[in-house]
Amino acid sequence: MSTPFQIAVCGSIVPDPLQTLEPVIGPAGPSLKNEMMLPAVLDPWAGHALFEAAHLARKTPGSKVWLVSLAPKAKLQQVMMTVAQKVPFELVALDGPASGFTDSFETAAALAAAIAAIPGLDRAKLLVFGGWESASRGAGSTLQMVGERLGITEQFQGVDQVTVREDGGLEILERIEGGRHQVSVCSAPPAVLGWATGNLPEPRNNPQIGMANMRAIMPALQRAKATPIPNTGLSFASVSLPRQQRETRIVKDMPAEEIAREIVAWMAEE
Amino acid sequence: METVLLLAHTEPDGALAKPALECLTAALALGGPLTVGLVGARVEAAASQIAGCGAARFLAVTGEAFAQPRYSTDAAAAEALCRAAGAAIAMAPSTSRWARALPGVAYRLGGRVDTHATSVAAENGAPAVTRWFYRQRMEAVLSRRERPWVILLDPGCFAPWSGPAGTASVEPAAVAVPETRTTVTGVRSPKADEQTIRPDAKLLFVAGAGWTKKQSDGAVHAAEAETLILGFLRAAQASLGGSKSLVDLSGEGEAVLRFMTHLNQVGQTGSTPRHPKGLSTCCHGEEPHVVGWRFVNQRRAINLDPNCGWARGKADVLYVADAFEVMQHVNRLLGA
Repeated sequence: MSTPFQIAVCGSIVPDPLQTLEPVIGPAGPSLKNEMMLPAVLDPWAGHALFEAAHLARKTPGSKVWLVSLAPKAKLQQVMMTVAQKVPFELVALDGPASGFTDSFETAAALAAAIAAIPGLDRAKLLVFGGWESASRGAGSTLQMVGERLGITEQFQGVDQVTVREDGGLEILERIEGGRHQVSVCSAPPAVLGWATGNLPEPRNNPQIGMANMRAIMPALQRAKATPIPNTGLSFASVSLPRQQRETRIVKDMPAEEIAREIVAWMAEE
Repeated sequence: METVLLLAHTEPDGALAKPALECLTAALALGGPLTVGLVGARVEAAASQIAGCGAARFLAVTGEAFAQPRYSTDAAAAEALCRAAGAAIAMAPSTSRWARALPGVAYRLGGRVDTHATSVAAENGAPAVTRWFYRQRMEAVLSRRERPWVILLDPGCFAPWSGPAGTASVEPAAVAVPETRTTVTGVRSPKADEQTIRPDAKLLFVAGAGWTKKQSDGAVHAAEAETLILGFLRAAQASLGGSKSLVDLSGEGEAVLRFMTHLNQVGQTGSTPRHPKGLSTCCHGEEPHVVGWRFVNQRRAINLDPNCGWARGKADVLYVADAFEVMQHVNRLLGA
């Protein structure tokens, strides 16, 4: 039987992808216009990491999953109402910014400290999960620094699959160039895994899981420490929206063969 | 201008790949004294390849332990090179290998890191990095006070350096091979029998969920869709992308396009590939998908809905037509 895992999933919230985003620059640096009013969701890659963690924990009896999240706690609470119904986990909340303009170095420091402070954490069983990037900062650098701060140098990014082998080792598939995967075997935890999309569909809502999770989530939100991210030494000269409107030519009633000729001619243009 | 270190790893053939040469161009453009740091089993060929670039020093970490991409060994090698070079700015191409290892190296050095840079330019004697936020929805120019500053440059943003080969004097950088519990066992291609992702292709072909829906005769034609799409990819040497709805169908086990995986997904939660042209088919062109088209210059779409997202300023041309029918003709014209 496999050794149980202790899985800390780092993940925060991002604006709902269907929302229009507009940057504003204030005295504290850039942010989004009406940021606190925008509906939020769990970061998609962090979501994949959480679902994969729960899947691994379910297959490995005795395992446990924590979601370690740095976000404004009022918005985090709203998002938890949905996420808590998906899979069993315990929340470790930090009350701070979830903006894409926050620095990954300082974010990593806060997350690593929160993981290290989890009561009863056994680092020999620890797997640190998270999205390989976020849909906000998109840096792909936070998890590596969390790992370094926790002394973990077995790290993997762009993970799509983890298989626990008979000998307890982890076979890990990481995305590399050209649509391929690098296959590695990590003999044992601790390890850091930044997830790409994985292979699991989003779990259906389960109100029973939701009720069980929420019993611990509400106290965790109340305990959430204020965690400012000052962005030391980082300055933004400009933040702007790209010019994205094109003059679309809409072609109706053209025979398919003629459209095909036009497309082939366009493909041949330099 | 501050001192600059270019970090580059060799490919299996011992040479430097295009992203490393692009990054060399960017590093030289900063104008500061340049050191090149190479990592690989052997680096002679790579050093010779760029011997004429004008670098003041060539440093290297070599040996079989550093041949394979792996966090612990790559981080140790890069850390040793950064310490030996003592440069204020360390630049590297955003390959999967460096993207995995270098953020941790920045932490070890007490520095900072910025990834996915699309431009690096000297402003008032210091570099300023341009990168995108919120999945390519807004662009920012930023600078940092902390040093060393590790910058990962996205491929395709600079012309690759070209110049005469020569002989470079390479200094070894001292590094102890770190203990590791990770063994790299190989590389696996996707389930599909043939390559569908071609990063250097001139055309990105995107398939949406419409290919797997009921057609005008009331039936699903997934097999025909597969034949048409694969035939087009072969004939045009195009790269294949997919919308989230289509790749999610694949993950849910429905009868869909068998070669389509999450690796093909373009958009908010997928990739943002760089291609000169893109052709979208049977896809509605909603914003979460189209943010993945940020770096596709010329865009055309085929969709039955004249009011789809592509019509709202997201494509240059929208053909309101049946993609099955159009792509049959396209394939015939291409000789597929």
